[in-house]
Amino acid sequence: MRYSGFRVIAEALTGHKGWKPVWRDPEPQATYDYIIIGGGGHGLATAYYLAKEFGQARIAVLEKGYLGGGNVGRNTTIIRSNYLLDGNEPFYEFSLKLWEGLEQDFNYNAMVSQRGIINLIHTDAQRDAFTRRANAMILHGADAEMLSREDVRKLYPWLNFDNARFPIKGAIAQKRGGTVRHDAVAWGYARGADMRGVDLIQNCEVTGMRIVGGRIQGVETSRGYIGAKKVGVAVAGSSSKVMAHAGMRLPIESHVLQAFVSEGLKPLIDGVMTFGAGHFYVSQSDKGGLVFGGDIDGYNSYAQRGNLPVIEDVAEGGMALMPAIGRVRLLRSWGGIMDMSMDGSPIIDKTPVEGLYFNGGWCYGGFKATPASGWCFAHLLAKDESHTTAKAYRFDRFLKGLMIDEKGQGATPNLH
Amino acid sequence: MIIHHPILGPRDAQEFVYLGDASLINRPDGMTAGIEAFHDYAYNRNNPAGEHRELWYHEQGDRSWLVVTRNTVTHEILGVELARDVARAQGRSK
Repeated sequence: MRYSGFRVIAEALTGHKGWKPVWRDPEPQATYDYIIIGGGGHGLATAYYLAKEFGQARIAVLEKGYLGGGNVGRNTTIIRSNYLLDGNEPFYEFSLKLWEGLEQDFNYNAMVSQRGIINLIHTDAQRDAFTRRANAMILHGADAEMLSREDVRKLYPWLNFDNARFPIKGAIAQKRGGTVRHDAVAWGYARGADMRGVDLIQNCEVTGMRIVGGRIQGVETSRGYIGAKKVGVAVAGSSSKVMAHAGMRLPIESHVLQAFVSEGLKPLIDGVMTFGAGHFYVSQSDKGGLVFGGDIDGYNSYAQRGNLPVIEDVAEGGMALMPAIGRVRLLRSWGGIMDMSMDGSPIIDKTPVEGLYFNGGWCYGGFKATPASGWCFAHLLAKDESHTTAKAYRFDRFLKGLMIDEKGQGATPNLH
Repeated sequence: MIIHHPILGPRDAQEFVYLGDASLINRPDGMTAGIEAFHDYAYNRNNPAGEHRELWYHEQGDRSWLVVTRNTVTHEILGVELARDVARAQGRSK
């Protein structure tokens, strides 16, 4: 069923009796050409592009719980392509271009809102670094501009410009950045994949992998054995657990990242803003709540909930930047599990097991990458070679010294 | 989280800096181990869901390194040892 304005009006006039479930709930078949493990944003996008762009069939997505129940529904919904390094920027700009055409492409309202993102500057050194970053972005075909202190003041006059430690001296802006309704991304991709014959199999946990002579044969699941020619793993957060079924140790630690939403307020922030000095970032949802977050808790965790010290730290960052929110009440906080990789960048690559492919290590930048991650992973699965924008996301970059380390922190996952 | 320091008693986890898997104590000899072994030491992790032995540094305390055994699913702390004692028990000089 295609969605359109006409359809909404027609249904309104006939009592909304024509709407049908958005996707099927099929039983797993005995074998598939492709199995994607993980029914989150990246897994569903992979299945969608495999079917639509690469013309493949007999595809299943296996999801342990329900579709979109993991990190795609737990993030702070920001999209942007403001990276510095050659290995990253073309990929994230490809992703931002896919976001721009996404709703027309999969005929679903994902509320893509290019409301702009600014990263604040507090020192001259930071201005130099951000100017360099803006030049790198422009050279890769993205948009970037430098804002003066007065430009920022026009946008948000109520910020704490004269903070004694971190005075605001300007910002780098990407006007094409913004936010997207994250649940609708999962639902749109799921619907698009289902319409093209992909079996979306929920409540189906992968409990083992059958590997014979170095080649994948299929996966053991809580709903029985399912054979496959190729298996793609897209389960960021649980990557180490799933890849252990294939005997692999990964350059990844799982960490908990918390996010927060305040009570609803009148319009205050019309874009996305980051305060790097305190690692605090914020946007305002269409319902009025301030959606914000900060650092990961910093210790290995699979708990999907964090501890109070980080909540206090994030609140302090918010107060340093925006004293006006001092009386605003926190409505909810929650946690998601991040694949923190050893250089802060993701992996989309083959594995030593023939027919087994891996997509993970997204740290806390996975949501904005969803469309390009799906596209590039589908490219790898269908053609056995990396997409041009994802060539650097290899497993062996650590062995060869080709790390993509935006923050220059080295092999310390909790500092990326 | 409260970490029961073997010498100082119960301390808030905020006083500590986290490094990661306690296997980092066993650094191979870079001159003899070979690049593959050193790559595995530096970059790959078991990353278990459940019991995890890990290194915490008491930066805002006595600056000792501890080996904390903690459940990564529940955050429950199951045991705390001085990293020095762990290394010596493995035959190291310090």
